Amino acid sequence: MSLAKSLRQLRNFMRNPKVCVLRSAGTNCDQETAAAFKMAGAQPELLHINSLVSLARSLDDFHILALPGGFSHGDDVASGKIFANELRFKLVDSLRKFIADGKLIIGICNGFQILVKSGLLPGFGGSNQELKQEVSLILNDSAKFESRWVYLKPAGNCVWTRGLKKIIYLPVAHGEGKFVAADKRILNRLKQNKQIVFQYSDSAGNLSGYPDNPNGSMESIAGICDETGRVFGLMPHPERHIYAAQHPRKEGRSKEADGFQIFKNGVNFIKKNF
Amino acid sequence: MQYKIEVVDKPGIFDAVGQGVSRDIADLGINSVKEVKFIQVYILEGDLAEGQVTSICQELLTDKVAQDYKILSEDSKYRAKPNQYIVEVAYNPGVMDPVEASVLKGIQDLGIPAPDAVRTAKKYIISGKLSSAQLKTISEKLLYNKLIQHVVNPHTLDGDIKHLPGYNFALVTVDLLRAGDKRLMEISKKGQLFLNLNEMRQIRGYFRKLKRNPTDCELETIAQTWSEHCYHKTFRGNITYKESKATPALGNIAIKNLLKSTIMKVTRELDKSWCVSVFKDNSGVIRFDQKNNICFKVETHNHPSALEPFGGANTGIGGVIRDAMGTGLGAKPILNSDIFCFAPPDMAFNKVPTGALHPKRVMKGVVSGVRDYGNKMGIPTVNGAILFHENFAGNPLVYCGTVGIMPKDKSFKQTNPGDLAVVVGGATGRDGIHGATFSSGELTHESETVSSGAVQIGNPIQEKKVLDTLLQARDLNLYSAVTDCGAGGLSSAIGEMAQELGARVYLDRVPLKYSGLSYMEIWISESQERMVLSVPPKNIDKLISVFANENVQATVIGEFTGSRRLELYYQDNLVCDLDMQFMHDGIPQIAKKAEYIQARHREPKIPRKKNFTSDLLKLLGHYDICSKEWVIRQYDHEVQGGSVIKPLVGIKNDGPSDASLTKPLFDSNKGIIISNGINFRFGFIDPYWMAAGCIDEALRQIISVGGSLKEVAILDNFCWGNPDKPDRLGGLVRAAYGCYDTAKAYGVPFISGKDSFYNEFSVRGKSTPIPGTLLISAIGVMEDVNKSVSMYAKSAGNLIYVLGNTRDELGGSHYYDLYKSIGNQVPKVYFQESRRTFDALSKASAKGLVKSIHDCSEGGLAVALAEMAFSGGLGMEVFLIEAAHVAPYGISNEILLFSESNSRFVVEVERSKQKEFQKQLKGCPFGLIGCLTDRIDFTIYGLDGNLCVSSDIFKLKEAWRAPLRW
Repeated sequence: MSLAKSLRQLRNFMRNPKVCVLRSAGTNCDQETAAAFKMAGAQPELLHINSLVSLARSLDDFHILALPGGFSHGDDVASGKIFANELRFKLVDSLRKFIADGKLIIGICNGFQILVKSGLLPGFGGSNQELKQEVSLILNDSAKFESRWVYLKPAGNCVWTRGLKKIIYLPVAHGEGKFVAADKRILNRLKQNKQIVFQYSDSAGNLSGYPDNPNGSMESIAGICDETGRVFGLMPHPERHIYAAQHPRKEGRSKEADGFQIFKNGVNFIKKNF
Repeated sequence: MQYKIEVVDKPGIFDAVGQGVSRDIADLGINSVKEVKFIQVYILEGDLAEGQVTSICQELLTDKVAQDYKILSEDSKYRAKPNQYIVEVAYNPGVMDPVEASVLKGIQDLGIPAPDAVRTAKKYIISGKLSSAQLKTISEKLLYNKLIQHVVNPHTLDGDIKHLPGYNFALVTVDLLRAGDKRLMEISKKGQLFLNLNEMRQIRGYFRKLKRNPTDCELETIAQTWSEHCYHKTFRGNITYKESKATPALGNIAIKNLLKSTIMKVTRELDKSWCVSVFKDNSGVIRFDQKNNICFKVETHNHPSALEPFGGANTGIGGVIRDAMGTGLGAKPILNSDIFCFAPPDMAFNKVPTGALHPKRVMKGVVSGVRDYGNKMGIPTVNGAILFHENFAGNPLVYCGTVGIMPKDKSFKQTNPGDLAVVVGGATGRDGIHGATFSSGELTHESETVSSGAVQIGNPIQEKKVLDTLLQARDLNLYSAVTDCGAGGLSSAIGEMAQELGARVYLDRVPLKYSGLSYMEIWISESQERMVLSVPPKNIDKLISVFANENVQATVIGEFTGSRRLELYYQDNLVCDLDMQFMHDGIPQIAKKAEYIQARHREPKIPRKKNFTSDLLKLLGHYDICSKEWVIRQYDHEVQGGSVIKPLVGIKNDGPSDASLTKPLFDSNKGIIISNGINFRFGFIDPYWMAAGCIDEALRQIISVGGSLKEVAILDNFCWGNPDKPDRLGGLVRAAYGCYDTAKAYGVPFISGKDSFYNEFSVRGKSTPIPGTLLISAIGVMEDVNKSVSMYAKSAGNLIYVLGNTRDELGGSHYYDLYKSIGNQVPKVYFQESRRTFDALSKASAKGLVKSIHDCSEGGLAVALAEMAFSGGLGMEVFLIEAAHVAPYGISNEILLFSESNSRFVVEVERSKQKEFQKQLKGCPFGLIGCLTDRIDFTIYGLDGNLCVSSDIFKLKEAWRAPLRW
């Protein structure tokens, strides 16, 4: 490594990674997502998608793109669909470049639905082909919105969850979170590529049925990443567990909060690589 | 050209909607249905090429992984097989279809020009043998509501887009000048003005002086301004009150303005420095910290929810959120609270009054309506209650509350002459005409046809867009005042803002959803998701662009003047010219009679017994007491990341929390506690003690989570019957005085309130009032959320205390309700004793001396102990003889177990803290009654030392969870 390069890295390390928390009509977890990134040492900015589409702003200004939870366009037609199409048809080139530059994307809840429906996840097409939807998140088996805390078993090869070994505890809150793949082949490919990042489990880490798996997801899948491990989506809300008081049974617990490490990982990756 | 597109789940994908409908059909008692298949229908109208339609289907309307689509043609349409029925449901013309705007945007994102119109429909294919009567029952009871929807012929390939006729201006006047008394009342009735003869005469007098007849618009504006809903005639009028045999005796009194003599009087007398703005703005405002204030408002939306539960509750919560947005210069809503009263969900169909919906459907619809709006707005629903009584069958109660936070310097507003009147948000349609006046009359079995215009459907995403942009405009200081368009629409919003100034409004400039609205419909429409701003002209371009940047329409529709007149124009025609002073002060003083006669109820005959286990199990399964998890889980209570004490707590996160605690700021540990007290059963005996009990309940929940009474404010919401009937009004007066005495004693001011009258349901002239119901909502500030306490048992070996005296007060208890009785010994509040207990316990928890606290209310001590034990997954052993009690005529196990005496808590304390805790409680009634065990047994020993309750925590929990586990 040349001296110049390592100096550059050191300088950049001192700077705060810039996070674009992308909003649209009906986005609603933007502020707590921004707060989580800020706590992790990043510099988040809330940005409405109109400012990217109108070219008033560019994704080039950011290191991390966060698609927060909410009900973009009211879940009309299908959750995340209209936001996803806006990405596919209006911002595809800048998103491709963003990923190719080695930057990070996280989609939480509605953000995960958007990543899946735009084809950015699992992203089998690679960076040259047209974005194509391969998996989906559909209406919960219970046919209703449910808000509850779930245990998640980490796996896979994802930048965002590096170092996570233990079962973690986060809340879910969604009506359309049932992970389905078009066929077995896709599921196998996800497994082989280590793209399954979180599975719903019981507190001991065993896969089980409802309500541990709150929506009936295939293989209890709660979150996946793309082949690079840098684009990550999950239904549970890590930004709702960034300090201990948010835990439903906080008494006698240590200060650590399970969701925080995810944000920390993302921010540290950028600090190290940019 | 129209295209009808059907989207259906692929084979092998679980049809969750269809399965849900199947279950609901079985609930109706129809067991022959084998399967229900759900199909989503879209109808596109406009010039679209075939390729474009295909691409819309593939890229937008269908999830390729899980769904298939088909564009309907003569060949592809589905023909029902034998014993198969197709029901297709579409919105009525003029009813807003919330999906339309999203689909139009989605089509444009594909690079395809937007078609003229998009409608949606839902199609159900029901398999199984059904009679036509059964099919009708299924359709009407489950699949559609005729007020907003209709069944379409599924075989037509045309969609159901009906075009509404246009509107040609013609000024309408109403002949008052020559009208006699009889005619005046006909005009009031026919126009749904709900004005009485005195008021109609006053209006006639005003126009006689002007020597002209009013326009329809003028008459309507006055009717709205003077409606019970907007003016609160009952609370502000004169009341002659008589009573007999009541304790405490109020005597016979002449009341001038009940509100000022009771509720507002407390606030004035307590004069708390942290009360920022009370009874003035759209909600009450108190101080939160050095930089921020918080506001709280609770509204009711009862009548609309009776007719269309989803839409009614939906727009109810949407409306109260706008109250926060319209407080000061706009607050950010941070939490919602929802309290409902329904008839029991298992009520026999033949007992449901004619014209009313079945209570289970009402409940499901109301919960869905709140879920839809609250969740989509991204506001956590953290607190609530649901109670049941059969007299709510025709008239359910739906209370919705919102707390907002705003910077200190954004807490006041001031419209100035010359400011522009700007409407932002949704366009105006024909929805919700007559809501304000409609809620000022009784519901009847014909309401659903007569008042159907009063029903609306909300569009939460529209409101979310308004919220996002409004707060940006606020922080740029672009406007001088804001208020929401609620009941009465523009009429009431502009009327309120212009009260001291006057306004000129051009109604043809108001953006419309569709053509055909008359000037009057534009003026009084209650279309949702609109706010009115007053904007200094120099800021107008910037303001419009802030909204436009996020696709929100902001339109200048007039200006605020200094003329103190309300002038409305439509296409250069003056259609209303009213004197503000007459509008706001011209209402004749109301005089009403109130009479209260203390009721005597039958005392129950309960067989003497030694073991109360089965009573406890039944109480835990009582609809008022049982788990509301089915409801709570559907609300997002974690969004915004501030939830600390959640509505469900315990080792399995499923126990009943007391108050909720929220930490609204990321960089501060300060919290907001929200709780509520409601118990109409005490009101059957004496509304005075009901009010006292409700305040006590709300406050003891604040204490239960570790709060104190130091900075706590309360809100009143009265839901009552027809106040023109002296007996109904008599109870209201007693409740209001109960509020005064109790709030004064506890030192908690009222900061806002609301009343809803005429909650009666009449079928062919016979009127049933709801039980007079008071909801008290409390809001408190907590210094450090890390000092909070929850209700579930923490560790085996810890001691269990009960604080407060248990008294011989089984009247109005749920135990008596099990035996179909009310009784007469209503729980009272012993103000000094209670306040001492509250303060002592709050100091003890601040010192970290307690592990858990549970409020003792519905079902009494036995229920509170059981809930604490099973929520914590620990056994409990209790000795009743140790509980502090006062019973001049003798104490019994029954009283100790089930009396609902106020001001009591169950508290868990570590043995090592026993001494210090007891020292803290010096001078308060308390008893060390037992301890927690690591077994599953739940045992209570009676006064004689023998077992009187013996069960285990799993049985108890199951009894509590089962009834509403739908």
